[in-house]
Amino acid sequence: MTFRYYPGCTLKTKARKLDETARRCAAALGAELVEPADWQCCGAVYPMAKDEIAPKLSAVRALADAKAQGQELVTLCAACHNVLKRTNLDMANDEHTRDAANRYLQLPEAYSGETTVLHYLELLRDRIGWDAIRAKVTHPLTGRKIGAYYGCLLLRPAREMQMDDAENPTIIEDFLRAIGAEPVVYAMRNECCGAYVTMEDRAAAKARVEAILQNAQACGCEELTTACPLCLYNLRENGGALKVTYFTELLAQALGLEAAE
Amino acid sequence: MNDTYLEYQAEILRMTDRDPKRCMICGKCTASCPAFSEMDFHPHQIVGMVERCEFDVLETVEGLWHCMSCMACSERCPRDVQPARFMDAVRQWRIRKQGGEHLHPQQVPEKIDEATPQQAIAAAFRKYRK
Ligand code: SF4
Ligand code: SF4
Repeated sequence: MTFRYYPGCTLKTKARKLDETARRCAAALGAELVEPADWQCCGAVYPMAKDEIAPKLSAVRALADAKAQGQELVTLCAACHNVLKRTNLDMANDEHTRDAANRYLQLPEAYSGETTVLHYLELLRDRIGWDAIRAKVTHPLTGRKIGAYYGCLLLRPAREMQMDDAENPTIIEDFLRAIGAEPVVYAMRNECCGAYVTMEDRAAAKARVEAILQNAQACGCEELTTACPLCLYNLRENGGALKVTYFTELLAQALGLEAAE
Repeated sequence: MNDTYLEYQAEILRMTDRDPKRCMICGKCTASCPAFSEMDFHPHQIVGMVERCEFDVLETVEGLWHCMSCMACSERCPRDVQPARFMDAVRQWRIRKQGGEHLHPQQVPEKIDEATPQQAIAAAFRKYRK
């Protein structure tokens, strides 16, 4: 199985761990991730205003490249995934965005949302499968009580993201079970960590994180896992009460590619 | 009604592609908003102020900068008003105006540390300046 892979800028710098462990695990699970030579930053937030076209163009380039290769496009950073997936839907369903973007880009072939965008978690669930993953686990995370921290971007808007139920998601818990850990469900796993508001008002972000960590601890989480570099940053730097890792680090441990700390 | 305000309203409705008249003021968006305690005005009020063309107030709302675009309000709105789009559109309207930038590049060094991900900086530039 070969996929186009869009890492995004944070995975090349502060979140290298997320990128590296994801690549090694994909290879071990028989999925080849091919990174295009010339992708550009997706802009980190989906432009909600209908009249904004230019901020969507880098996402459209990445989507059109995957179409040209005839491959599905795998994302990993929750923010990139949100931008690429939603922009793709605009290209398929919104005539104004589609026409304007194609006019700007002058691609060899017009793009209308043909690419399938998959988050790495969907690659695990829908293309590889939990059973196949379970079969490859050599170092199960037995006894580790881990809370999934979904945050916002993987799930919402549910109508567009279509990954899971926005209020009662299970995909990360299913993943944790597949690698032998004990998932702990807590109420605030899909409440916002403060996101970019940490740049505007750090105290506000701290208040968000404190509420999340208190709830997670009260429910019995001993550590948290996430797919988003900004969630990880906020949970660690504006909180710190619980250990937080990228879900791909846990996968790498379970597959015996990396020792548990 | 002031013509300029009607133009502002038209601009915002172009951005949101949603009719604020659909709002039934149930307050579910505001109840869902994790930034509630830092906001002077809340999502359901922002929707109402756009509908009533209260741009003199919208010009001064500070709560916009505390919206995290978490989409909880839009997800839970029973009338599909998409209040998060209204928050974002009013914020866009503010930063698009001359001198409306809320973040200057010179301020960035003091707001970040060793671990700050690029994602936070890119997102803040998108949300706080044109
Ligand atoms: S949830 Fe929707 S209908 Fe209810 S107050 Fe908010 S915008 Fe209006
Ligand atoms: S998108 Fe903004 S207004 Fe809506 S719930 Fe989140 S923080 Fe509150």
